[in-house]
Amino acid sequence: MVATFEPKSEYKVIGTRPIRHDGLDKVTGRAVYGADIKLPSMIWGAVLRSPHAHARILSIDTSAAEAMDGVHAVVTNADLPQAENEMVDLGEGATNLKWAVDNILASDKALYAGHAVAAVAAADRYTAEEAARAIKVDYEVLRSATNVDDTIADDMPAILEEFVDSPGAQESGHANHVKEFTHEFGDPDAAIAGADHVVEGEFNLQMVHQGYIEPHNATAVWDENDRLKVWTSTQGAFTVRQQIAAVLKIEESRVRVTPLEIGGGFGGKIPIYLEPVAAVLSRKAGNVPVKLVMERRSVFEGTGPAAGGKIHLKLGATKDGQLVAADSTLRMEAGGYPGSLVGASGMCIYACYNIPNMRIVGYDVLVNKPKVAAYRAPGSPQVAFAIETLIDDLCEQAGFDKWQFRRDNAAKEGTRRGDGPIFPRIGMEEVLDAAKETDHFNSDLGDPAPGNVRGRGFASGYWFNVGLQSSVNLSLNNDGTVELVEGSTDIGGTRASIAMQAAETLGITAEDVNPTVVDTDTVGFTAVTGGSRVTYATGYAAYNAAIEMIDKLKVRASMLWSIDADDVQFEDGVFSSKSDPELSIGFKDLAGKLGDTGGPVTSTGSVDLEAAGGAYGTHICDVEIDPETGKTDVVRYTIVQDAGRAIHPSYVEGQMQGGVAQGIGWALNEEYYMSDDGVMSNSSYLDYRMPTSLDLPSIETVIVEVPNPVHPYGVRGVGEVPIVPPVPTVGNAIKDAIGIRLRETPMNAGRIVSALGS
Amino acid sequence: MHPFAYEAPTTIDAAVALLDKHGDRARPIAGGTDVLVQARANRWDLDAIVDVKNIPELTEISHYPDGSVAIGAAVPCYQIYEDQKIRDNFPGIIDAVEMIGGIQIQSRAALGGNLCNSSPSADGICPLIAYNAVCHIAGPGGDDNHRDVKVEDFCTGPGSNVLGRGEILVSIVLPNPGDNFGAAYERFIPRNEMDIAVAGSGVSVKLSADGSTFEAARVALAAVAPVPLVVPAAEAALVGNAVSDDVIEAAAKAAGDAASPIADMRGTIDQRKHLSAVLTRRMINQAVARARG
Repeated sequence: MVATFEPKSEYKVIGTRPIRHDGLDKVTGRAVYGADIKLPSMIWGAVLRSPHAHARILSIDTSAAEAMDGVHAVVTNADLPQAENEMVDLGEGATNLKWAVDNILASDKALYAGHAVAAVAAADRYTAEEAARAIKVDYEVLRSATNVDDTIADDMPAILEEFVDSPGAQESGHANHVKEFTHEFGDPDAAIAGADHVVEGEFNLQMVHQGYIEPHNATAVWDENDRLKVWTSTQGAFTVRQQIAAVLKIEESRVRVTPLEIGGGFGGKIPIYLEPVAAVLSRKAGNVPVKLVMERRSVFEGTGPAAGGKIHLKLGATKDGQLVAADSTLRMEAGGYPGSLVGASGMCIYACYNIPNMRIVGYDVLVNKPKVAAYRAPGSPQVAFAIETLIDDLCEQAGFDKWQFRRDNAAKEGTRRGDGPIFPRIGMEEVLDAAKETDHFNSDLGDPAPGNVRGRGFASGYWFNVGLQSSVNLSLNNDGTVELVEGSTDIGGTRASIAMQAAETLGITAEDVNPTVVDTDTVGFTAVTGGSRVTYATGYAAYNAAIEMIDKLKVRASMLWSIDADDVQFEDGVFSSKSDPELSIGFKDLAGKLGDTGGPVTSTGSVDLEAAGGAYGTHICDVEIDPETGKTDVVRYTIVQDAGRAIHPSYVEGQMQGGVAQGIGWALNEEYYMSDDGVMSNSSYLDYRMPTSLDLPSIETVIVEVPNPVHPYGVRGVGEVPIVPPVPTVGNAIKDAIGIRLRETPMNAGRIVSALGS
Repeated sequence: MHPFAYEAPTTIDAAVALLDKHGDRARPIAGGTDVLVQARANRWDLDAIVDVKNIPELTEISHYPDGSVAIGAAVPCYQIYEDQKIRDNFPGIIDAVEMIGGIQIQSRAALGGNLCNSSPSADGICPLIAYNAVCHIAGPGGDDNHRDVKVEDFCTGPGSNVLGRGEILVSIVLPNPGDNFGAAYERFIPRNEMDIAVAGSGVSVKLSADGSTFEAARVALAAVAPVPLVVPAAEAALVGNAVSDDVIEAAAKAAGDAASPIADMRGTIDQRKHLSAVLTRRMINQAVARARG
């Protein structure tokens, strides 16, 4: 049974904008990130990566590297415990352990250019890099494929032999296209046949990277008790612990992971890459600490981007504007190993609308590119591009108003999501209504520069959000301040949002709570910072811990007053007797009397939440385009989003703006540009064109609050859904500006000029 | 990357001697905004870098009585765009030095370094060609081995140029362009900053005294050939003709036709040829406007 809460409208702390607890350290450069770690006797590691997109590894000769001065250890896959094809749960569902290990250091084959093959530890970083270059690998280069179509070419070999005879591959006809699911409801074929208006489109998306500023890093050492200590920048210390233990085949309790400050993750810092390598290098080098830091190129080529792919979608509507049918096939690129997150795409594609007849078929497509990882609402932006584009096309074809059509068909409480669940209270209708009321929606486009044209588009998006497990410890100081210990690494201002929920519950200020993110030895299990779950779930754990602390303090107050604990109430930061109005004491005063009442007061809270409460957003965008060059500038952008309840509105707005910024980059310029032989050509920030501050307008934000009934303060996750609508929003604006529909990302200048010229 | 020596000579002769001694295992460095990045990417296997920022001739801007100017090879971009005489007399150069990198990069990166890096996409080279600029080069053997090379003849391929062993670019000399002269440079990048040209066009025109006729013209394109590409056909389409949209369009088309780019992550062949024409038309118009004052 899931607890439900009545929404409150008045709060003391929630909804205010205190300075974040970690802010001063970060703006003064004192915060400690992964690359800052220095330990006594520490040496440096470097990784050798495959230059080939697909190659059999015939032999590896490490002798020249081992002979170099200053080199302490050289490792290959053979130095990792040998993994069979056994299924393990590494925090994101079951996966094949051999694939997980092979992605750390390749064994029989390199599956993408940038795949780690060997590693060196040496006295300093440059010696390690030189030594890595001295390792000789004998490759048999195989035919490679880096997109959905090429990977099923007749002479394209199976990227993973394991799939040759698998049911999913047999259904698709090729080992590299693994069918994952079919969701079907109603009779989509009959509904499309009977629809008055039918639109159909195929959409191509290029792989994109999260583009966090801080490269991956790991430092590891075995201590005298043969426990492994790891320092790293991660979205989940416990998930890192779990993955390291599985890869190294040791008990999780023998691993301590200390998460450092994180310079961006967006989902990409959930998987491990360097940690086991540092561990085996440390072991081989005599248990000294070994530090590894990726350079930018390796981050692009060797860590997990977001899936590109190919989406086919068909929609049918009645002449009076009811969306009656949808049929889609999703072929999403997983990289060299399975895991495109196509399942999430299937959950999201129809989630903004009520569609009575539908089908979704999902394929995981193996390609010779790095193994996909989560990227902010993984799988949802891609399918939003398809459906929000096609809905515009449908409205144009049928003459429907684009807003009214969306509003008439909007998902609401009781609507069935494409993959089966029935929605609880959600905010799609409220978001659409709020979008229609914005100044942006009701204003003119304004005048473009001479020769340029302008256009406006809007689109919606959904992300389901997750709950999962979190733990929080509280201890009360005698001055009435509270230490809050948590295991959720802070990538979006969550120290503040968690501390504020504890403060609200305890009746103290946000500044009275001191939140600390700690290592895996120091707090209970806490799942990843991902799925937009931390303010929701770890905040919930903080609420539970605070409730427990209040209950304990009621007992302490009753001891002071020699009354029954049941007679003590807590309201507005004051403990008082229900029966004797003379007896009352403030939270802080009581904290100063702990020594008289039995000593320290601590409390814990933990949660394991299944329901999360999905989030919706609607975005509006104006673009200005130079038709001669294709140059596209986003000149105005408004994001409207349901936050459930905004704990710290500034950080909610920050998440909204950040998601939009990344989504605009995805729409206009970002892509893995692959050479003919399967190597990423633009693996630098010079040529991987993310928007800079000069490429973005000031992004206007509108927070809608439809409280989430399953959270004590009504929180919905806010971090991911803002990246879902930008790609179709920008695409719809481009269509409005130039009159031509682009169905391929990035919708860059070259494609626009080419479309206008043809 | 392995350890290498840092040398900081204070005379041209000392710099030349060091470069002659190390050959291709040394690189001169001014701002370092290309060389250091390339060294980290293992493009060079270096024994030494030779910092030329302590050599007076390479760090000065000299205005001469005849209206020409010599820009030392190591003078950073910001010193050029803060020089009022260059702003007044060579606005096409300002177009380039104000767009190379951001403020931090402009504070280090030198126009001479941009030339010596010899990238086909360099923003600094096409406007130098448009101004008929000349390179002063010093080499081993003292004053006898100084030579002058036109900027348009300096680059020989992507990342390569006419500098031989021990040779160093001392300065770039821009002759006085005279009256009724205008020049301009523009590139296309998909973002508003932080990008390498997909294509670029540097143009200069000299008009008749009444501003009605093209008397001379230079057209050079960036990022559409192995070297910054001079387009004689575009120049010929202008010279001797009246200033008109048709004449300018013909020159622009000639530029688009002459461009022979590759396709890469920055742009396609068709896109670059198209942009060469569009940018050249725009820059001719801009140069005409400047020439007419």
